[in-house]
Amino acid sequence: MFGYYLKLASRNLRRNPGLTALMIGAVALGIAVCVMTLTMYRALSGNPIWWKNDVLYAVTMDFWDPTEEYFDSKPGVPPWQLTYRDALAVFASDIPKRKVIMHKAVGTLSLEDRQARPERVTTRVTTTDFFGAFDVPFQYGGTWAPSADTGPEPVMVISRAMNEKYFGGRNSVGERIRWNDNEFRIVGVRDHWMPLPSFYDVNNGSLEEPEDVYIPFGWNAALEIYSAGNTQGWKAEEINSYRDFLNSENIWIQMWVELPDENARRRFQDFLDNYAQEQKQAGRYGRPLNNRLTPVDQWLVDNDVVGNDDRVLVGLAFAFLAVCLLNTVGLLLAKFLNGAAMTGVRRALGASRRQVFMQHLVEVGVVSSIGAALGLALGGLMLMGLRALYTVDPTDQGGTQALAQVDMTSVATALALAFVATIAAGLYPAWRIGRIPPATYLKAQ
Amino acid sequence: MLEMNGISKIYRTDLIETHALRNFSLKVGDGEFVAVTGPSGSGKTTFMNVAGLLESFDTGSYKLDGADVSRLSDEQRSRLRNEKIGFIFQSFNLIPDLDIYDNVDVPLRYRRLAAKDRDQRIKSALEVVGLSSRMHHMPSQLSGGQQQRAAIARALAGDPRFLLADEPTGNVDSLMARQVMDLLEQINEMGTTIIMVTHDPELARRAHRNVHIVDGQISDFRPYEPRAEIEAAAVAHGPAPMTMTPA
Repeated sequence: MFGYYLKLASRNLRRNPGLTALMIGAVALGIAVCVMTLTMYRALSGNPIWWKNDVLYAVTMDFWDPTEEYFDSKPGVPPWQLTYRDALAVFASDIPKRKVIMHKAVGTLSLEDRQARPERVTTRVTTTDFFGAFDVPFQYGGTWAPSADTGPEPVMVISRAMNEKYFGGRNSVGERIRWNDNEFRIVGVRDHWMPLPSFYDVNNGSLEEPEDVYIPFGWNAALEIYSAGNTQGWKAEEINSYRDFLNSENIWIQMWVELPDENARRRFQDFLDNYAQEQKQAGRYGRPLNNRLTPVDQWLVDNDVVGNDDRVLVGLAFAFLAVCLLNTVGLLLAKFLNGAAMTGVRRALGASRRQVFMQHLVEVGVVSSIGAALGLALGGLMLMGLRALYTVDPTDQGGTQALAQVDMTSVATALALAFVATIAAGLYPAWRIGRIPPATYLKAQ
Repeated sequence: MLEMNGISKIYRTDLIETHALRNFSLKVGDGEFVAVTGPSGSGKTTFMNVAGLLESFDTGSYKLDGADVSRLSDEQRSRLRNEKIGFIFQSFNLIPDLDIYDNVDVPLRYRRLAAKDRDQRIKSALEVVGLSSRMHHMPSQLSGGQQQRAAIARALAGDPRFLLADEPTGNVDSLMARQVMDLLEQINEMGTTIIMVTHDPELARRAHRNVHIVDGQISDFRPYEPRAEIEAAAVAHGPAPMTMTPA
């Protein structure tokens, strides 16, 4: 009977093309908005490294202004970055399995023989454990040796995109390349990697794409590299040189550690507290001890990676879908009641209420399926539009470009939800038409 | 075949109650052709709807082919309607989106018959009513008489025990009306019981007996004569016309 119902649904929908288009359009629009919003929300809210939530921690220490909170809206939450000297001091601990100190920078990449145009690239100045701690995949080669962090050694990891641009995608490990006119040797090529949100550094927004180039942390002092993220200070200090800057109370370094078990976590927490206590005794800090090891889930919350606005937006999107579905219910009801006479004939010829209900439910199913498919396509177009709207610089590789990557889980969720919602919305009209006494319309017809 | 005893049907609104059938009793035997007459609003259509299991009734009992239908579920009533009753309406009630073949197919679909069986039944029914050559026409392409014959084919395809015809000639001209009536008589000859509502005294006279309804009650009826007696009478008074003229 399903095939027969499908055939009837197809005929009925073709009989009123305008009304059918209106119903499908309403469903599609509601689904498109939901797909777009859910994709954005999921891109912003998920923990992209959930499998390490119990072992990976952001390290924060409250060395901020004794008279003011760092976050006005969240008293007690320490700043998300460390000073250079605190980062180095804590980095010296051998308790963590992996430890990362880092910041974002910008540099110019070029080849010795000038085969390719020099290009400004985003750069992460970091330590060797960056790749292991965040499970960064490699296309070729790997990270540098730990000794290169402090050496510093002229080694570099480049992204797959840069490798394709400068070396045509071949294995470039061992090749030479220049960064800010200093020669580096490529030791690894990072493969596709797009953690969303970009949890490890929320300075430049949570939609940042990973950097193009990675160099050892030790190059900060040697090349006097400044942060391309936020640098914040609270103390009036005289800074006349880069050395002064490194020794200042400015915070600009992010730190993460991987602690394999609870014992390691407790020991490292003690280490942090002892270090802070020492600094306090030395007269450096005026605030109470507030050193934190924050897992990624909590880190995303503390840093408002998923704000209330995003949640409200998702709520509004679903409210919009509900309005669209409500309209569809009205249109379906009108359509079904308009065909009540023919339903009366079918009932007289032996169709039971259940069969009439199923026939109309299949018609609802066809409307919702087509609406869902169109909604998905429309949602994709909306995301592309959003991407175009936010991308000012066509060479920009980061930020809102990530929105164009439609997350299939979000899509499946939105589609399933919309399909079920539309079917649920069609239940009443389908039920209602089945309840009409057949004799009511037979004489009138 | 059909036995109603003390049936009453009341339509209620907030303000008034309308007694459509009052203590209505009727027995129709196998193979009978009964004409139901009466003024407008007398309860003819309500009787047809109750007889066709399209409406429930308030009191009384109704046995169809020996089965008490008063306590059947919607599913059971629908199955009974599909398997034992054929409907012929004044306004044909063909489904305009479907061609004649698919219209005749409708009741067979609900019976879940195999495609081959359905096909045979549809073609056979259309042949009986002389519409084999028009099976893929849409209803709007046919004349009123042809549409009514298509509706009769639809009623016949399910091989029902009895036909309920509500003013079957009401929307066709007199020539077509005679053809439709001839066809109904031929179907009755083949053993199908027919109950026909009509305003036309001439058509009513062609039935085996008339039931006259006034104010929801039978006011006058001719007792049932077994078919043997009717045939004997027919021999005595000359044969009734039983020819069928295809369009």
